[in-house]
Amino acid sequence: MAQQAGAGRRYVRAFVSGFFVAVPVTVTVLDRFAYVARVEGASMQPSLNPEGNVTGSDVVLLNRWSVRNYQVRRGDIVSVLSPKNPQQKIIKRVIALEGDFIKTLGYKNRYLKVPDGHFWIEGDHHGHSLDSNSFGPALRTPWRARCSVKCCVWCSHGVSLGLVHGRASHIIWPPNRWQRIEPSIPPERMPLLNWHADATEDEEKD
Amino acid sequence: MDCGDMFRRVLGKTLGFLGYTVQYGCIAHCAFEYIGEFVACSGPSMEPTITSHDVVFSERLSRHLCRIEKGDIVIAKSPFDPHMNICKRVIGLEGDKICTSGPSDVFKTHQYVPKGHVWLEGDNLRNSTDSRSYGPVPYALIRGRVCLKLWPPHNFGALNQSPTGRIVKRSD
Repeated sequence: MAQQAGAGRRYVRAFVSGFFVAVPVTVTVLDRFAYVARVEGASMQPSLNPEGNVTGSDVVLLNRWSVRNYQVRRGDIVSVLSPKNPQQKIIKRVIALEGDFIKTLGYKNRYLKVPDGHFWIEGDHHGHSLDSNSFGPALRTPWRARCSVKCCVWCSHGVSLGLVHGRASHIIWPPNRWQRIEPSIPPERMPLLNWHADATEDEEKD
Repeated sequence: MDCGDMFRRVLGKTLGFLGYTVQYGCIAHCAFEYIGEFVACSGPSMEPTITSHDVVFSERLSRHLCRIEKGDIVIAKSPFDPHMNICKRVIGLEGDKICTSGPSDVFKTHQYVPKGHVWLEGDNLRNSTDSRSYGPVPYALIRGRVCLKLWPPHNFGALNQSPTGRIVKRSD
């Protein structure tokens, strides 16, 4: 009897000490280094979820270490905490950084300069994406409503850099879509010019 | 005892030390990320509630559980520089109507706080850049809620209510 009680107590102690090692380490790794997320919706087609929800959603690896100093590059696919719902994360492509002049798509085709500390993100599938461009739910067409679009109406001046969560570096599921994600901007969406870069050029000419 | 034994002992002790460092580092990360952190404030924008060089404790649970309320003092990342933190009071939550005109303006202007955002103002209205200049701040930029003042010792304890009377009353 005493032996069984001793063994039971040993197991409990081993479990508790293992628990106190495994949980903090896992949480720290997920918060600081890498995070895995399933992509829902069609707003990043054809880069992510090219078949929609038919063959299953893509699962991406998000690198959190590389964005710890909020350094993102144009063309990266990043996950961002949604400005509309703090418990949701959105995956989009970075089109422009602070200081860039861009032409917005959508309702009010206009030019704007991305303010300091902000950046501009867009989904690759322009006909079906509510992102930094849209001003209302009018873009959601009824027959696509099943593909739960996980993006919403933004502020019209870009998204704050403090909301960046991670950079999508690899697609890890399904296995036939294993690949490294390379940064690229569709050529028609390149920023027109960069305020900071052009200002220094003018000074050198004088 | 030959060199092989000594090497194995040193290696074992080093690995054990590294293991403990990793484990306690992770526990520290979880504590600062999910329980609370100590913040040293600077600047005059929250006087008289918090003066420059005060040290406060800001708890993280409210932010993760989305329980930040009107009247709370919060630490948030600055919308224009993610490396800087701002310390302000929550005046309005999503859906509230904020009066954005000054007290001396003839025509009153109002603004509604969009979904997922909060309206922040400092207690020292005359000397504070806050949502009145940069607009509503996304809730996800909030880091934690200030609950206790730790330094200076003669001011230790909970923080006072808003002295400005700007907090939006609940409209039913």
